Amino acid sequence: MLTRKFKTRPFMAAHTDTAHGSHAGGGHGHDEHHEHEHESMKTFGFWLFLMTDCILFATLFATYIVLKGNTNGGPTAHELFEMPGIIASTFILLTSSFTSGLAVLAMHKKNVKGLIMWLGVTVLLGASFVALEVTEFIKMVHEGATISTSAFLSGFFTLVGTHGLHVSLGLFWMIGLMIQLSRRGITPVTQRKVNVISLYWHFLDVVWIFVFTIVYMMGVM
Amino acid sequence: MAQHQGGAHGHDAHGGHGSLKSYVIGFVLSIILTIIPLVLVLNDYVEGTAANVVLLVTAVLQFLVQLLFFMHLREENKPRYNLMSLLLGLLIVLTIVLGSIWIMTYNTVAH
Repeated sequence: MLTRKFKTRPFMAAHTDTAHGSHAGGGHGHDEHHEHEHESMKTFGFWLFLMTDCILFATLFATYIVLKGNTNGGPTAHELFEMPGIIASTFILLTSSFTSGLAVLAMHKKNVKGLIMWLGVTVLLGASFVALEVTEFIKMVHEGATISTSAFLSGFFTLVGTHGLHVSLGLFWMIGLMIQLSRRGITPVTQRKVNVISLYWHFLDVVWIFVFTIVYMMGVM
Repeated sequence: MAQHQGGAHGHDAHGGHGSLKSYVIGFVLSIILTIIPLVLVLNDYVEGTAANVVLLVTAVLQFLVQLLFFMHLREENKPRYNLMSLLLGLLIVLTIVLGSIWIMTYNTVAH
């Protein structure tokens, strides 16, 4: 009766589902359902964090865009950026976004080995991305283009460096999760953690698309 | 009863699982959307404003591909809190970026 009543009132049904779903059913599958709701709330909480992280990157993008003409007699974007390495790292990160998706697919098939394997591939791709970026930065600094050379370069290193730090952090997080998965297997908690880290990884790819477009492509144009 | 109800509304609340097909389509689309600006802009097929438009449009399309094919935003059930918070986030992002550009365009001190 309760269910039927709620079905005719979609808003109430939704409300019941997030807050009191398990009570309405009278203890049928009580704990499992409750735990599931809890994990899905945590995933949503992480989504909210990603939205605030978007705002962080927005301020860095705004700063970079506003300052990119102020080169203070130092090198310009056009002289400095070397596209082959950037193009390679773009495809590497795109592929790693795809492989982190494949990890989630393996998880839903209850395939722990496949899940850990795809996370491993994602870590390797992410590590090569970071390695390419660090190499690029070192080369720039050796050429005399440091963070204190000009406003343009301050904005550049802060924006691209913050993205690189996010990726590096994600690598350690993912390695930790792989260890946990190998010990505990796929539980509601580790499942949520995999969902969350794949969201984080796709988000970093989205940010990189805009770094690639606004910083590099528009810089060398 | 609760399980059944959960299946209808709550079970997939954190987005669907996606399928291999949707991931592959998303991956191929994102590769294509990266190659298009590379070919057009680096070979100087388009220049100036047209190039900027090509770059921004392909970037936004890629953003949508990631959201729909990889982050499963499409499969979210009502109430769509993920979508709502995303829209609020985007509103703030665009205000910060476009607002900064607008203000600094007319700033004669910085140039």
